[in-house]
Amino acid sequence: MLEVVNIHKTYEGQPLLTGVSFAVARGETVCLLGPSGSGKSTLLRIVAGLEEAEEGRVYWEGEDITHVPPHRRRMGMVFQDYALFPHLTVAENVAFGLRMQGWSPQDQRARVREVLERVRLSGFENRRVTDLSGGEQQRVALARALAPRPHVLMLDEPLGALDRALREELLEELRGILRASDVAAIYVTHDQEEAAAVADRILILHGGKIVREGTPFEVWNDPGSLWVARFLGVGNILFGECRPGSGSPALKTPLGVFPLSCPHCHEPGTRIAAILRPSAVEESADGEIRSRVADVLFQREHFRVSLENGLYVFFPRAPQIGETVALRLRAPLQCVGE
Amino acid sequence: MRKIFIPLLLGLLVLTACGPRQPATLTVMTHDSFAASEEVIRAFEQENNVKVTFLASGDTGTALNKAILSKDAPLADVFYGVDNTFLSRALEAGIFEPYASPLLKDIPQEFQLDPESRALPVDYGDVCINYDKAYFAEHNLPIPQRLEDLTRPEYRGLLVVENPATSSPGLAFLLATVAHFGDPGYLDFWRALRENGVVVVNDWETAYYTNFSGSSGKGPQPMVVSYGSSPPAEVIFAEQPLEEAPTASLVGPNMCFRQVEFVGVLKGTKHRDLARKFVDFMLSVRFQEDMPLQMFVFPVNPQAKLPDAFVQYAQIPEQPARLDPALIAANREKWIQAWTETVLR
Amino acid sequence: MANPSPKRRARERAASLLALPATLFLAVFFVLPLARILLYALDGRLLLQADTWERVGRALGFTVYQAALSTLLTLVVGVPLAFLFARYEFPGKRLWRALLAVPFMLPTVVVAAGFNAFLGDRGWLNLTLMRLLGLGAPPVRFTGTLTAILVAHVFYNTTLVVRLLAHALEHLDPHLEQAARMLGADGGKVLRHVTLPLLRPSLLAATALVFLFDFTSFGVILLLGGPTFATLEVEIYVQGMHLLNLPLAALLSVVQLLCTAALSSLYSHLLPRIVTPFSLRPAEANLRAPRRWGEKLFLLSSLALLVALFLVPMTSVPFRSVARLEAARGERGEVRYGLTADYYRELFLNRRSSLFYVPPLAAARNSLAYALATVLLSMALGTPAAIALARRGQVARTLDALFMLPLGASAVTLGLGFLMVFRRAVTSPWLVPLAHTLIALPLVIRTLQPALASIPPRLQEAARVLGASPWRAWWTVEWPILWRASLAAATFAFTVSLGEFGATLLLARPEYPTLPVAIYRFLSQPGGLNYGQAMAMTTILMAFTTGGILLIERLRPPASTEF
Repeated sequence: MLEVVNIHKTYEGQPLLTGVSFAVARGETVCLLGPSGSGKSTLLRIVAGLEEAEEGRVYWEGEDITHVPPHRRRMGMVFQDYALFPHLTVAENVAFGLRMQGWSPQDQRARVREVLERVRLSGFENRRVTDLSGGEQQRVALARALAPRPHVLMLDEPLGALDRALREELLEELRGILRASDVAAIYVTHDQEEAAAVADRILILHGGKIVREGTPFEVWNDPGSLWVARFLGVGNILFGECRPGSGSPALKTPLGVFPLSCPHCHEPGTRIAAILRPSAVEESADGEIRSRVADVLFQREHFRVSLENGLYVFFPRAPQIGETVALRLRAPLQCVGE
Repeated sequence: MRKIFIPLLLGLLVLTACGPRQPATLTVMTHDSFAASEEVIRAFEQENNVKVTFLASGDTGTALNKAILSKDAPLADVFYGVDNTFLSRALEAGIFEPYASPLLKDIPQEFQLDPESRALPVDYGDVCINYDKAYFAEHNLPIPQRLEDLTRPEYRGLLVVENPATSSPGLAFLLATVAHFGDPGYLDFWRALRENGVVVVNDWETAYYTNFSGSSGKGPQPMVVSYGSSPPAEVIFAEQPLEEAPTASLVGPNMCFRQVEFVGVLKGTKHRDLARKFVDFMLSVRFQEDMPLQMFVFPVNPQAKLPDAFVQYAQIPEQPARLDPALIAANREKWIQAWTETVLR
Repeated sequence: MANPSPKRRARERAASLLALPATLFLAVFFVLPLARILLYALDGRLLLQADTWERVGRALGFTVYQAALSTLLTLVVGVPLAFLFARYEFPGKRLWRALLAVPFMLPTVVVAAGFNAFLGDRGWLNLTLMRLLGLGAPPVRFTGTLTAILVAHVFYNTTLVVRLLAHALEHLDPHLEQAARMLGADGGKVLRHVTLPLLRPSLLAATALVFLFDFTSFGVILLLGGPTFATLEVEIYVQGMHLLNLPLAALLSVVQLLCTAALSSLYSHLLPRIVTPFSLRPAEANLRAPRRWGEKLFLLSSLALLVALFLVPMTSVPFRSVARLEAARGERGEVRYGLTADYYRELFLNRRSSLFYVPPLAAARNSLAYALATVLLSMALGTPAAIALARRGQVARTLDALFMLPLGASAVTLGLGFLMVFRRAVTSPWLVPLAHTLIALPLVIRTLQPALASIPPRLQEAARVLGASPWRAWWTVEWPILWRASLAAATFAFTVSLGEFGATLLLARPEYPTLPVAIYRFLSQPGGLNYGQAMAMTTILMAFTTGGILLIERLRPPASTEF
């Protein structure tokens, strides 16, 4: 198991990481999710040993490896720009780590063949990496990182430079490859869909700390804070006055008064925020929310409808722009902390 | 391509070079060491309504090479700076046309090495060994009186000379030893000098400023092959006023070699009269008196008065070494070659 | 690879047209004069004389030997320094970098004086050692040794290695080395398997240039090596200018030129095999302050080397320009100095009202004007030529080798050729920047070419796909990369011109003397004042060069527009 404890790091005088701790088990894939500039990549580089933290420790299977140089950590890294060696062929790139570890030429060849097969690049051995497409280069990078059988595999926005279709295809492959090996993987991304697709567990980094941790399902359904809710874009955020009611409390907003999911108001009358998920709303002739349609966007399974009152909802049909629609709440608004 | 390009370029250059072309332009090709006072040249220009342009063309050998290579379409009207070691080559190449200047009658016969007056003597200078007076005084060393003295053990490692293959004073000193000891006797002398630790460098600048102890360089050798005019130059260009020259020349018999420099009208000049006037001017008292302090050479015209510093600090050898220019031209390469084998290998 | 389509071949032909101006320039100002003088002077009978070949062989042997040794040493010193400048931030870095280029333009006489003041028989190192150890004779022999030649060559040419290599190194994607580290390569293996292989084009360019400069070395051999050493160029000078043996000088020039041609075609043959396009990164991505003790040790020892090998010999010049020997001249004991500003004051006085007096400001102005003209001309000719040469092909390879040739031509011989071809025009001041451009052009092309060759074609295509016109694509994609390399190239052209005195002495007329010419004028006469003024003038030249380089480096584009 990889354990990262209480990492502190400043960047150009500004605190970037202020006490980050987490652990990754063998065979587990953990996603580090956060906006750009949140320090995800730096954290990854600290774990890899490419940068040093001012404070904090890194352990592998209980052994302190904080000061072990990167070339002795047995970790693999896949860079966003792939960082393939342009002067070497595909096979030479993949064999690089094996060569550094002193594998025999036969073993190297066998392992290269095996790994290239795994990433579906058999037959590409003698190609120049500069002649490959983006997706192929990405696969070579993955094969190169996996070839020496690392304990920990780190992927820094590995699909960031690829187009959507290719990304989805590779994502699936990647998940399969990660599942099949018992490597502890850390996957850095700013794309939550990617994170949800690949991660066993998601860590959300914000303000130098991990602000939310859990399975993709847990995090999506309970963001736990207004910031995480906004970052993940789980739904409309409504602000209003909390009013204790019979049974459950309600939120008084300019759009109306809506029931809340939490058991009671902490301090009745104060301003709080709540989530109105688009999926919790449906069109209904006697709906209490009425507004004109401002914009309509086709999104494969449904239409995303923006209303003039600031809300957005999902419709199975495409309303006319300017048309007045009536909406009904199917479930109470979800309370978020702070 | 060349046919179009070069005339075009030349046209451009000519256009930029000649502005309003009132007075004629007289071009004088010289070596880099040529110098003169502004007022002296201006006076000549005014008297003759001419503009004089000087073409500095490298060291003595380079300048002569250029004059020879361009003799079909000469770059200049007058060439100054060929010395007696190169004289025969210049005359053989036929770059000069004869001009028997009326002023030649004032000039001692000993300087008139070309009987056909194609090359006319302008100045002379003696290449002599300079010594650091303080060093000799401090060590109670006697001053060497003859070339032979230099091989004595008390002068071991005290002399720096220039390579005759690369330096003009170096060659002059070699010629002095040839004149004194004869061929091949000079080689025995050099062999002895080599055994006595003579130091050889390639150029006068290094010899004088790096190796010589009497100059500002404060080098290790108190004797250097330089010029008879170097001691006055040390006084004139002293950092602080000096009462006495810090160096002096060894002027024993045949210890110095006399270099004479010549001027001539270049064949193919378009301003023959002006060119001749300029040659006359260079031999005249006015120019001859200006020369010593500009170029640190001696005037060949005996009517020219020497500046005080020269009278006071320069020694003129009574018996300088001399060699026939034709003999020098014929043997220069051979002597240098033999010298190289003897001293350097 | 498939056969190039006709369209592509047409494009390649169009691209090689870009090399036309530079080729014409070379034909008129290099091939023509050189052919003229060689045809005039060469004499077939010489080939039959036995001692001709012995002489040529001896000079050639020593020339190759010292050049190979000097190049090796220059790389040994230059490569670590290139890493230092490309990878680490440290105080005074810009100044150090500019100072490193100063030797490149210092007149040899002055460099010899600088080294002698430090390492000569009566230099302060020997004097100190003699006093400390109670020795009677100087323990360190320097002047007149092979060591002196090697040290001076390293002193002169390290800047070439540092500039060419640091430029490539700065822009290397740091992820490549990090990826290698992650794959188990320690520092040494990263260097051997990743960094150096990627630097091969620049390394090869630097090696070829340094070798050529050492191969044609003249002043250093003459002044520091002394009379026992003679390279081809020295022998050409002696034979041609002192013995007036032009046929032998011409033969030696041909030998020197043939060697240069062989070397440059080897270079252009090797280059395409080792160029690998890789993505460039802004320099800042690779820069950091040294942190680990090993890095700090590296920084300190590099700085010590810079001080000992570069700063000390250089500072002896400005030191002597304000130091006067105290009276009691000729005294053998300790040399004492007094401070003075006399030399600088004297520079501005024409005491003997000489026609040839050079006001220092005029000399500086002339030098600067020539340098600027050289920069403009060599960049204008060199940039399109480098673009044309970056697209490989047989024509490009031949041209490539041709452009290197001026570096191997004897300045002495070429000067005479100029005279024969341009006749009266040889007196024009216009010829000075033209001659300087001949030397600067190969440097400019060598600097631009690796940068251009490493631009992946995909980058261009990507920009084209995004709707950019070819011109716009070039402007937004290639120009920012070129701009950096252009600055390095311009710096070279600038220093070459400021320091070049060979061509200036061969061509210049007294009305437009440059700073190096003025320095020679002072040094050619005896007297403390002349010596001091030469040192003062050199100090001015050094200040100009340093300032000029710092200024050129300030022209860097803001980081955001770079990539």
